[in-house]
Amino acid sequence: MDVLRLDAVSKKYGALTVTDGVSLSVPEGQALGIIGPNGAGKSTLFNLIGGTTTVSSGRIFFNEADITGFSAAERCNAGIARSFQIPHPFVGLTVYENLLVAEAFGIGGKPADGEGCREILHQTGLLSKANTPAGKLSLLERKRLELARALATRPRLLLLDEIAGGLTDGECKLLVELIKRIHASGVSIIWIEHIVHALTAVAERLVVIDYGRVIADGDPAEVINEPVVKEIYLGIDVDDEAA
Amino acid sequence: MEIATQRAPAIGSNPANYMLVAAALVCLVALVSAPLWAGRADLRMLMEALSFLALAQMWNLLAGYTGLISVGQQAFVGIGGYLFFALAMFGGIPVLAAMPIAALIAGLIAVPTGWLLFRLQGAYFAIGTWVVAEVFRLTAAQFPALGGGSGISLPVSVAKSIADTRAGREMVMYYIALFIALGAVLAVWLLLRSRWGLALNAIRDSETAAGSLGVRIRRIKFAVYVGTAIGTAFTGAFIFFQKLRITPDAAFSVTEWSAFVIFIVVIGGLGTIEGPILGVILFFLLRDIAADLGTIYLIGLGVVAIAVMLIDRRGIWGALKARGVPSLFKIQRHLK
Repeated sequence: MDVLRLDAVSKKYGALTVTDGVSLSVPEGQALGIIGPNGAGKSTLFNLIGGTTTVSSGRIFFNEADITGFSAAERCNAGIARSFQIPHPFVGLTVYENLLVAEAFGIGGKPADGEGCREILHQTGLLSKANTPAGKLSLLERKRLELARALATRPRLLLLDEIAGGLTDGECKLLVELIKRIHASGVSIIWIEHIVHALTAVAERLVVIDYGRVIADGDPAEVINEPVVKEIYLGIDVDDEAA
Repeated sequence: MEIATQRAPAIGSNPANYMLVAAALVCLVALVSAPLWAGRADLRMLMEALSFLALAQMWNLLAGYTGLISVGQQAFVGIGGYLFFALAMFGGIPVLAAMPIAALIAGLIAVPTGWLLFRLQGAYFAIGTWVVAEVFRLTAAQFPALGGGSGISLPVSVAKSIADTRAGREMVMYYIALFIALGAVLAVWLLLRSRWGLALNAIRDSETAAGSLGVRIRRIKFAVYVGTAIGTAFTGAFIFFQKLRITPDAAFSVTEWSAFVIFIVVIGGLGTIEGPILGVILFFLLRDIAADLGTIYLIGLGVVAIAVMLIDRRGIWGALKARGVPSLFKIQRHLK
């Protein structure tokens, strides 16, 4: 069964087509990586899947149910969670309360007891900041909070938008381990990332997007070696990154 | 990601905490015993201040947490007042029952007006609320039985129904005012401590993130709009019961029920429970000092508002909180 299926999804802003007829099927339990140059429409694709932006045309299916008309909140309740590329912390709430919002209103929708939050805070390295106002976090901590909050909704499909950017090698390694663990627990993952070696350590499949279109799709090692991908990533030494 | 030896830091108790609670308790005792020590004029002033506190808490809940800036809450003050007069005079309903009934009917009226207003965003919403209030003001003037444009007084028999003597009436009225004000503060506090309070705080800080975490933003905003309409109308019913006279211009006054209320909330601290309380105290102090100055007084209020915005736009309580003053009304949840 496909956890997510996009059927000719397009997004136009006037004459500008940001997402151009993207069709994509993600089988349940897959870890899918997405790469592409800046401005290729990767984050817009997440906005369309997450429901913060509505499609101009096409349909979106989650667990075979049509969710094209769902609001962002309804999609979250259905089991889709995301981290934003630019963190959106609730600055007036503590880190713990940020997670409580997700736990109380996410897919479970059960009254929060805090124990699930503690585990997630521990996993994401935020436990020592639990009672700190989120407004006082550094950028890196805010990115971790994005991930922690998304996990606290108990998603079936997790959308990660460039959460490894700016991490040191050591931190990146720990993040990759964490995402692997989340994936191993049965959560399907779609991860947009510029740091290709981190992505390929987790992703079983790689999709390349440029000008709002899917231009390559398949096994990460093969996709990266396709001439069209090398052409786009001219300037980035793909072979070295993937090694 | 650092995973070694993490634990949530402990929350210590703070001596400033106890002082704050003690001060609040002294104020509460003073308020409850006010009919024993306050003169007639002071009691009336306190009643008015308590009414404004309730209105300010309602406006703060609406604007401070859901970001819905209304300059038309006088619609519900007026509707509450007029419905109360109609129920008490023509329905023969006892005063104490007429107030909550008027408030609930106002809540029903808020459903279609909200349905209309929620199609508008931001500044358009604000102007829309004012237009709606004007429509209700003009409508209120169309009922000859309620005095039309020149208004109507509450029959003496209705006023006397709560107590025979003037002093007795004023005491009952005072305790109604206290009940409404404390009720408003308590209701907002309990709401913010509930799981819906988490959602309101989240909406205040980032609607995008709140929506993506499953918070039904539109539904919650609508519920808050209707809820604050009920609280505002309850207060409006009391205000005009106390005044014993209602006119369309007084009942739907944008200066009195929106501008002053917004002043109180913004000066005190938007998005906090303590802010409106401080704001009311400051507003009545200023009014006491400068009311004889006429127009200058209103200019003075404007200058104070601008000064606070320039110095610290979080308002007085927001600025104090940022400097480490503990909250009186705790809403934070701690991971132990």
